[in-house]
Amino acid sequence: MASYSTSEFRSGMKVMLDGDPCSIVENEFVKPGKGQAFNRVRLKNLKSGRVWERTFKSGETLEAADVVDREMQYLYSDGEFWHFMHPETFEQLQADQATVGEAAKWLREQDIVTLTLYNGEPLAVTPPNHVELEVVETDPGLKGDTAQGGTKPATLSTGAVVKVPLFVSIGDVLRVDTRTGEYLGRANK
Amino acid sequence: MFQPSASLANLQKRAQLLQQLRAFFYARDVMEVDVPAIGAATVTDIHLEPLVVPGTGYLQTSPEYFMKRLLAAGSPSIFYLGKAYRSDESGRRHRPEFTMLEWYRLGFDDHALMQEMAELFRELAPHVAIRFSSYTDAFQAVLGLCPHRASLADLQACIASKIELNSPLTDKSSCLDLLFSHCVEPELGNGITFVYDFPREQCALARMALNDAGQQVARRFEVYWDGMELANGYWELCGAEEQRKRFESDRRTRTALGLTVPEVDERFLAALETGLPECAGVALGVDRLLMCLLKVKDIREVMPFADL
Repeated sequence: MASYSTSEFRSGMKVMLDGDPCSIVENEFVKPGKGQAFNRVRLKNLKSGRVWERTFKSGETLEAADVVDREMQYLYSDGEFWHFMHPETFEQLQADQATVGEAAKWLREQDIVTLTLYNGEPLAVTPPNHVELEVVETDPGLKGDTAQGGTKPATLSTGAVVKVPLFVSIGDVLRVDTRTGEYLGRANK
Repeated sequence: MFQPSASLANLQKRAQLLQQLRAFFYARDVMEVDVPAIGAATVTDIHLEPLVVPGTGYLQTSPEYFMKRLLAAGSPSIFYLGKAYRSDESGRRHRPEFTMLEWYRLGFDDHALMQEMAELFRELAPHVAIRFSSYTDAFQAVLGLCPHRASLADLQACIASKIELNSPLTDKSSCLDLLFSHCVEPELGNGITFVYDFPREQCALARMALNDAGQQVARRFEVYWDGMELANGYWELCGAEEQRKRFESDRRTRTALGLTVPEVDERFLAALETGLPECAGVALGVDRLLMCLLKVKDIREVMPFADL
């Protein structure tokens, strides 16, 4: 596998650190006019999600991590594993609870999601930034109450619970931001 | 994209600053010298990589050796305002090509030169606070360690408690560089701070002397503005013998590290042998100075074309 020197570190680059695949978040060059140069690097451990800082002497290298993002279709969950399929090769992969994590509550069958693979195995699942999902449970809607700022919880078809305005009713299809869990609006039917 | 990386308003400030800097020295009868950017020789400094001009020599990492040759040839106090070049340096505060102001004052020591710099800063930014601190005080206040007495093991232990380092540092000077840049600089606070009397491991081209506590210190100073390094000055080392020793020691270190090993600049040493007059000199990063004056965080915002 290739390796990268500190001067090549860019945000988003995937590298191996202490045996774990990491993504570089930020790389700051620190150099006294007369003295040793350092790179202060912020990295995200792709297994644990933890972000931390480590300082390198300039010129040190890290091995590239075999991490790729692949667009795949979510098929179904059997309770233990979530199953995904490559839409062109029909190759199938399964991911466990720990891998799917929070993404589980946004996954609708047949939606295209991003699977991050490490050495060919699923490492993380990222739903699209915006999804459209139907409301399956919420308090009765208050017709005409579109101007007020009040909110109530609504349960979506995938199990996610989001805060919605009072006028939303069961059967509405909502646009939601999966990164923040925020309600964006009602989708056009 | 043909557009400049700096706004035209910032470039106008830049033009004004260059004019103010020149006016400051012309008013004091310090002679401007326009020394070459390309030289046959370069520095042996283990932490600098020069840019090579194939078949000719090197782009100069600073005008220092040319300026000292002028001083040895009998010139009065001089200043240079122009480009300097360092390979492998790029970031929010670094570019491989940058503008440097360097000046030498005959008969000054480091403290007299710091006073003159303070006058310059007061002209450029009348309301900015200016403080003076010894390296010892600045270091000890943040880290609780005496930088002169601390052993390599003490410094390594201090680093281990504060910084996650990828691989250990094995010499005292690098440990001091790391602790100062990561822990002390951010605590220097707003305004301008002169830090003087450096540990002997960090002497570079400065003379050695004893401080009030009887410790051997390098008569070197650094200037920080809002925690960013801006300038580095010395009460200059004049002896050719000592200088040659430091060059040879650098060359051995560079060989051990697998770096290129440039020839020693013999004409510079010959100038020192003839005799460099007693003087103090300082080099200041003009782009960074402008960053401080304009309160911007990225050097690209003050350089007309920062991206290659």
